[in-house]
Amino acid sequence: MDEEPLFRWSWVASNWDNDTPNSIVNLLGAHIVMAGLPILLGLLVALPLGLACVRWRWLYQPVAGLMNAIYALPSLALFMILLSVTGAERTTVIIPLTFYAVAVLIPAVVDGLGSVPDHVRQSAVAMGYTPLRRLLGVELPIAVPVVLAGLRVVAVSSISLVSVGALIGQGGLGNFFTDAYQRDFYTPAIAGIVLIVLLALVADGLILLAQRLLTPWVRARRST
Amino acid sequence: MNWLIDFFTDPANWSGSSGIPQRLVEHLGFSLVALALAALIGIPLGLLVGHTGRGGLLVVVSANLARALPTLGLLVLLVLLLGTASIWPVLIPLVALAVPPILVNTFEGIRGVDPELRDAAYGMGLRGPQVLLKVLVPVALPLILLGLRLAAVQIVATAAVAAYVGLGGLGRYIIDGLATRDYSQVVGGSVLIVLFALAAQSVFAITQRLTVSPGVSQRVRIR
Repeated sequence: MDEEPLFRWSWVASNWDNDTPNSIVNLLGAHIVMAGLPILLGLLVALPLGLACVRWRWLYQPVAGLMNAIYALPSLALFMILLSVTGAERTTVIIPLTFYAVAVLIPAVVDGLGSVPDHVRQSAVAMGYTPLRRLLGVELPIAVPVVLAGLRVVAVSSISLVSVGALIGQGGLGNFFTDAYQRDFYTPAIAGIVLIVLLALVADGLILLAQRLLTPWVRARRST
Repeated sequence: MNWLIDFFTDPANWSGSSGIPQRLVEHLGFSLVALALAALIGIPLGLLVGHTGRGGLLVVVSANLARALPTLGLLVLLVLLLGTASIWPVLIPLVALAVPPILVNTFEGIRGVDPELRDAAYGMGLRGPQVLLKVLVPVALPLILLGLRLAAVQIVATAAVAAYVGLGGLGRYIIDGLATRDYSQVVGGSVLIVLFALAAQSVFAITQRLTVSPGVSQRVRIR
């Protein structure tokens, strides 16, 4: 028998889009959904909670402690505990990842709003901005770089963590890892790692692009 | 809830090679060895890069890349490539994933020390290594400990996943339970892992309180 090559390109060709749920295209789609939803939901939940923590400072210490604890919980254990409630569905993966996202993003929102210089805030007050307009028009835009730095961490780690879901059959591209192990076959494992890292790089790039578009003044300042 | 009661009251789970005490010791053992190895690599390198200021960009970029690496994939690939004759195929990914948070936070901690403080230390006649050990490290300690804590969290979680490729420890309950459709074992193991992770987290919180200088943590107001 020939020595098994490290990577069989023919596997990629025959598994690219072969009308099974485990084709590369379908698993990539599932992976994007399972990693993308926690990122978006996390941001939606963390923004108001972060604002609340800034508005009522005494809230922040206990919330930060709770978030630290949540972040420490191993994903595999959470998937298994949820399994009895939600079944071997995508939700079982999405819920814990959303919690991690919130745990990282609340401090990012609080730090971001904390990075607004006091003189800027006072200028806005002096110009007659109401608190809501000041928040939306002045404070949040200045907080964007710090919040997005947190979002980059969330995006990259969500994309890599989805793969652990393969142990309950819902791992997106991670399903290639269990497949590789069961068949003692390198190619799917390598393909899965490469695709997940590429997906993470693309997501990271998209967030950087969003940051450029949302903070045009940063570039304007540099060019002068 | 019944699953939990079944699991924790089953006498078979309290003795022998698959008993909870034995699994707990295994999990703790792998985690400590991996954390120690990662700290031995990450802390000196972070101190060096932070103190000399060379190679900082490389550190940050490689750490971001490492975060993108899927743990399960890395474990499976290394075990397939190297076999399971030794513990290394499992230990390498554990260490590889724990080094970046330690390295980056040590580097950021040292680099973030107020330059005036550093100048003052040199002005008082301290030499490079003395400045590093007597001034920079104590001031950077909260971030260094944060790096170690994040690494520990990562290791405890990855060690659980590593049961899939044959590692012992608490993850075994999950993997074996799934294989035999013994759900009480799966849930019981998961709860143990959660408790283990929370305990590890508290150890770091306590360490931080005990080792960080009161002046640095601002628990004592400096006049």
